[in-house]
Amino acid sequence: MQPYSSFGLLKHALTFHENWQRAWRNPVPKKHYDVVIVGGGGHGLATAYYLAKVHGITNVAVLEKGYLGGGNTARNTTIVRSNYLWDEAAHLYEHSMKLWEGLSQELNFNVMFSQRGVLNLGHTLQDMRDIQRRVNANRLNGIDGEVLDAKQVQELVPILDCSQQTRFPVMGASWQPRAGVARHDAVAWGFARAADALGVDLIQQCEVIDIETEDGAATGVMTKQHGRITAGRIGCVVAGNSSVLANMVGLRLPLESHPLQAMVSEPIKPILDTVVMSNHVHGYISQSDKGDLVIGAGIDGYVGYGQRGSYHTIEHTVQAILELFPIFSRVRMNRQWGGIVDTCPDACPIISATPVENLFFNCGWGTGGFKATPGSGHVFAATLAKGEAHPLAKPFSLDRFDTGALIDEHGAAGVAH
Amino acid sequence: MSQTNLRISGGRIRRDRPIAFTFNGHRYAGYEGDTLASALLANGVDVVGRSFKYSRPRGVMGMGAEESNAIVQLGATDATEVPNVRATQQALYDGLVARSTNGWPNVNFDLMGLVGALAHRLMPPGFYYKTFMRPAFLWQSYETLIRKAAGMGSSPVAPDVDRYDHMNHSVDVVIVGAGPAGLAAALAAGKTGATVILVDEQEEVGGQLLHRQAKIDGMLGADWVEQALSILLSLPNVTVMARTTATGYHDHNFITLHERVSDHLADQAPEQSVRQRMHRVRAQSVLLATGAIERPLVLANNDVPGCMLASAVSAYIKRYAVMPGKDLVLMTAQDDGYRAAIDWHDAGHKVVAIIDARVTAGDDCTQAARSRGIAIFPQSGVIEVIGTTRVKAVKVAALSPNGEQVVGNPQTLICDTLAMSGGWSPAIHLSCHTGAKPEWREDIAAFVPGLTVQKQWLAGSVKGDFRLADCLSAGSEAGTATAAFCGFTSADAVAHQWQVDDWDDGPAMAYFHVPHTKATSRAPKQFVDFQTDVTAAGIEMATREGYESIEHVKRYTAMGFGTDQGKTGNINGMAITARALGKTIPETGTTIFRPNYTPVTFGAVVGRHSGQLFDPERYTALHRWHLAREAVFEDVGLWKRPRYFPLAGETMDEAVARECLATRNGVGILDASTLGKIDIQGNDAREFLGRVYTNAWAKLAVGKCRYGLMCGEDGMVFDDGVTACLADNHFAMTTTTGGAARVLEWLEHYHQTEWPDMEVYFTSVTDHWATITLSGPQSRALLAEVSDGIDLSGDAFKYLDWRQGSVAGVPARVFRISFTGELSFEINVQAHYAMHVWEAIFALGDRFGLTPYGTESMHVLRAEKGFIITGQDTDGSVTPFDLGMGWCVSDAKPFSYIGKRGMARQDCIRTDRKQLVGLLTVDPNQVLQEGAQAVDDPEQTIPMTQLGHVTSSYFSHCLQRSIAMGFIRNGHARMGDIVYYPNLDGTATAAEICSPVFLDPEGARQHV
Repeated sequence: MQPYSSFGLLKHALTFHENWQRAWRNPVPKKHYDVVIVGGGGHGLATAYYLAKVHGITNVAVLEKGYLGGGNTARNTTIVRSNYLWDEAAHLYEHSMKLWEGLSQELNFNVMFSQRGVLNLGHTLQDMRDIQRRVNANRLNGIDGEVLDAKQVQELVPILDCSQQTRFPVMGASWQPRAGVARHDAVAWGFARAADALGVDLIQQCEVIDIETEDGAATGVMTKQHGRITAGRIGCVVAGNSSVLANMVGLRLPLESHPLQAMVSEPIKPILDTVVMSNHVHGYISQSDKGDLVIGAGIDGYVGYGQRGSYHTIEHTVQAILELFPIFSRVRMNRQWGGIVDTCPDACPIISATPVENLFFNCGWGTGGFKATPGSGHVFAATLAKGEAHPLAKPFSLDRFDTGALIDEHGAAGVAH
Repeated sequence: MSQTNLRISGGRIRRDRPIAFTFNGHRYAGYEGDTLASALLANGVDVVGRSFKYSRPRGVMGMGAEESNAIVQLGATDATEVPNVRATQQALYDGLVARSTNGWPNVNFDLMGLVGALAHRLMPPGFYYKTFMRPAFLWQSYETLIRKAAGMGSSPVAPDVDRYDHMNHSVDVVIVGAGPAGLAAALAAGKTGATVILVDEQEEVGGQLLHRQAKIDGMLGADWVEQALSILLSLPNVTVMARTTATGYHDHNFITLHERVSDHLADQAPEQSVRQRMHRVRAQSVLLATGAIERPLVLANNDVPGCMLASAVSAYIKRYAVMPGKDLVLMTAQDDGYRAAIDWHDAGHKVVAIIDARVTAGDDCTQAARSRGIAIFPQSGVIEVIGTTRVKAVKVAALSPNGEQVVGNPQTLICDTLAMSGGWSPAIHLSCHTGAKPEWREDIAAFVPGLTVQKQWLAGSVKGDFRLADCLSAGSEAGTATAAFCGFTSADAVAHQWQVDDWDDGPAMAYFHVPHTKATSRAPKQFVDFQTDVTAAGIEMATREGYESIEHVKRYTAMGFGTDQGKTGNINGMAITARALGKTIPETGTTIFRPNYTPVTFGAVVGRHSGQLFDPERYTALHRWHLAREAVFEDVGLWKRPRYFPLAGETMDEAVARECLATRNGVGILDASTLGKIDIQGNDAREFLGRVYTNAWAKLAVGKCRYGLMCGEDGMVFDDGVTACLADNHFAMTTTTGGAARVLEWLEHYHQTEWPDMEVYFTSVTDHWATITLSGPQSRALLAEVSDGIDLSGDAFKYLDWRQGSVAGVPARVFRISFTGELSFEINVQAHYAMHVWEAIFALGDRFGLTPYGTESMHVLRAEKGFIITGQDTDGSVTPFDLGMGWCVSDAKPFSYIGKRGMARQDCIRTDRKQLVGLLTVDPNQVLQEGAQAVDDPEQTIPMTQLGHVTSSYFSHCLQRSIAMGFIRNGHARMGDIVYYPNLDGTATAAEICSPVFLDPEGARQHV
């Protein structure tokens, strides 16, 4: 792998950037891989990278029906945080947070992870109780967090309307300083380039149309473009399409695929330096390095695969943002879009073996999967390598829906992010 | 004030209405009918802004929504600023103030421009992914610099002074675009009687007819437009809206129209007017007549001010009476471009040459040019523009027949304006919003709207019919078809045939990128996307690096990321990508166009739903009394509830202490009207209750009430309340305040989807009834004074009975239930009697020491009794058994109940689940923090093993100590154990686990 550095940039500038190497190869798929990962989004690419890097398994293919990082990786609002309530989730997301810290150096690709802090606002007494509870739990779990009162919130975000004149005045907030945002595409590309360098085959435009089994064990996949590819183990990391893949082996997952919309304003000069989220007025906002205000809220009520949603959801979201930031009234919305999120009944992911031997799923990240990208890949790689759940992944197995050991993170995941 | 020099005769501006405006601090003059762009051109302003990445000087390039360069900050005051306005889309008004978005110290001399000029080679696409990584700790500092350099305009810093609103429409036909096709369509559909909305984003309807030479039925285009408009305005079923952009096209023919009601009038909307309005339209049929957008050509330094789209040049001359320069060179790949040169020449200025990439041009345009003595350079290209803040000259060279190589020696032509005409790209954006994939048409070298499931029609250039005659006839046919689809036909159904006098344009060449004598990577910058500074070299570099999907190219280079979403750049970029990859353009494909077509003001999206109208406030019928009593309010759901009633100088703690003691020792009064109330009737009502509550309802007699718990399918508690049996088939349910709507939805959901055969009806009656709670040992005596027809004696009116009677002379349902543990009566009266009843009670209350109390005291009083509040003491993860409320679960039911299976799951019947217990701090004066987490050993290392959290915690003045409720793992078996609550300051509070019933566990106080 040709390393990236400022010096390298200077050197290439002298030759008019004509000699840059490819970030990844465009290989013809082999007939067989030790591990086939279905889905070339951030989570799938991270899984491939850690399989090769940590477990030395390099005979790996990532099959992607479209382009790398083209699903929810390309559509999310890039928030990274780990202030989850329950121990199981908190440990998983904090594991991910630790991998984020240093990811640019690890991958030699600047994923622009910006630890500018995340505020979760409280507007009611119950919000403040919940905030206290979560921050207390976070701190005892080793996750940074503070409870701020309205005055401290105002100091941190001067443009936020913290007056008593709003419909739901801000009473305080939780504050995770290490949280922030990252450049979503770069995460996919960084993992792709690093995985490719370790020998992983990234196969784009390769759609899996069937999963083949023999005696209750998965043996490979049938693809639309390249026919059969056999595999020792198969890991499915396909977010909104997880149910479709599971259906190929007659498996029903406790997932609903909903459209989740987001939007950006036109780019403006820096005005918002942190991420601000509010469950109660229901919206969240940050500003990208390019200057866009990046805004989102909740899922659309119906299920579907359309990658677009209803306009009233957009209206409610913008209402919430103007309630928090009345000064943005004359700023303009440039673009809105949608992704398909696979939501679980307990708002937590599924990282699990399945009743079909050698077939594993990593899905159900719902509205908040981006922040988990490195952690998800890391524990799923371990799960695929060893054939049994990584300790951090164990609580997220499929059988929790039978036993009832759910990890209800609806509170932490109240607004989609 | 130099504008007169560049003004010519004609045009559509109102010379009798001069306008003064300010740009970058200089005062200029224009006319009504100008856009800011035309007025700037008229005043000889070349540099309007600076580009995003390289800070290159940029001027006006287009004349409408396609403008990528001329972006300004508008607004005369802090509260009226608008960032990133396209000068081409902003009507000029008196007193307009605008400034460039980038450029320091000013737009003509910009220090960042120096950085861009010196360091541009260090800033190829994606340079930030390859650098700023070491040392890691410096990244946040680098980022601050990157952020400062990026961005465009500035957000306002004061709240908006204007208002916005919404309007909903349901119509037969929406026609988007009022050019020739749209107008013809509206005429055809309008005369059938169908309801039609015709919208156009420009200041006036007509599209290119307003500046074209062509004639229709012997009339100039503009005259024909006027005639068509007057017919349309005479039809009551047709609404014509200019200044209105169809911004988003959603499923089921839902379309959003963004009307700029007063943006053309002043900085701030006039009195009584909104600034903008969002029309939300559901249409039977949608007709897209959105036209096409002209492409510039990708050539070296094609961004220098003075490089313009050919169609824009014509528009400025004919429509705005402005000469954008003196000496023109036209670079074209199609006949249509020649029109700009003809218009230029006919306005009396010099056309230096027409440079045509094609071997041959059409006869009409060639003839028109030759007859005027204009030189034509066939099979040639402008390979480079010379100049920085204004075009000074162009380098022209002969090209190979396919236009891909320079074959001759370049010569320099002196000029100050370069018109570019690369071809027309249909404005397919709206069609893509609903998921339709664009289709490539080789014959016109353009994408047209693909198959859609919407009831959508197309007419005119949007589907590739670029000739005027075709636009008119297709518009007419499509208009007739849309109306017919909606059931409307006209007696004279034959489409009108217009006589069009226009050139017969020959075929265009699929041409996008003019080569340079140097390789693309080494040539001066050849811009593809002007606003985001994406060049041909950048795209080639991206593909070299493996970013081959068009989405990767877009995301890596930022092509199409600007506020114009690549209206002029995307197709050129796709063509260059395709060539770099050795693919065809359709193989390369397009990126996805999404709403909005052009940016939409957030305020317009919100309309009136801001401030106090963001969410309605709900008040009880007694709200005025609470206000008069200076209650402090709490938001509960949408309700404003009194939290406490302070006397003069009292703190909350003092008020709560007083309210609680008064209730325990005398009588307190609470406005409990916000509790959700659902009237349930029907022969299966009783059975239905048995299914949605966890406990038994089969035997509840008329005149009795019962407390019930409601669980989700997962067996987790989600609401609770008391339901009374009014008759065998009639029940009155109460829910929590916040849960009222959710519970009603839940009941309806189960009734409608799971048990539709059950005869049961639900009616929300929350607002119909006011609930006044009298609580305390004196409550019976007080109630006796004001009530009639109810035997209040303990034997006749037992705990959990309800009685019909009258209170203060008003019919009332009185429930003997208690949330405080005291003798209590809940008086329910029709809401409009509430104030009368409340005041009547107060009139007698003094004798009993009647004290109003709010939610805070209610919380303390119920906590003393260990009563839960769902949502505070539950969080969606606790079963009735976890709450110690197994007594409220009955398995002796003929049918099942919701949650039964869920709570029987392996994990839900573990004995070591987190269970609700009481907590008494070792130091009785210490009040636990609600939300504090319990541990067994506060000295353990992090991460600690957490046992559960405190849900409710208060200082109880009745008990003279603190009390709390909370969850403890296996807590029901740990009575008497001490646990610790680490505080944020490093200390820990010790507390003993106990029963959550702190007061009167026998219930003696309420059973009197």
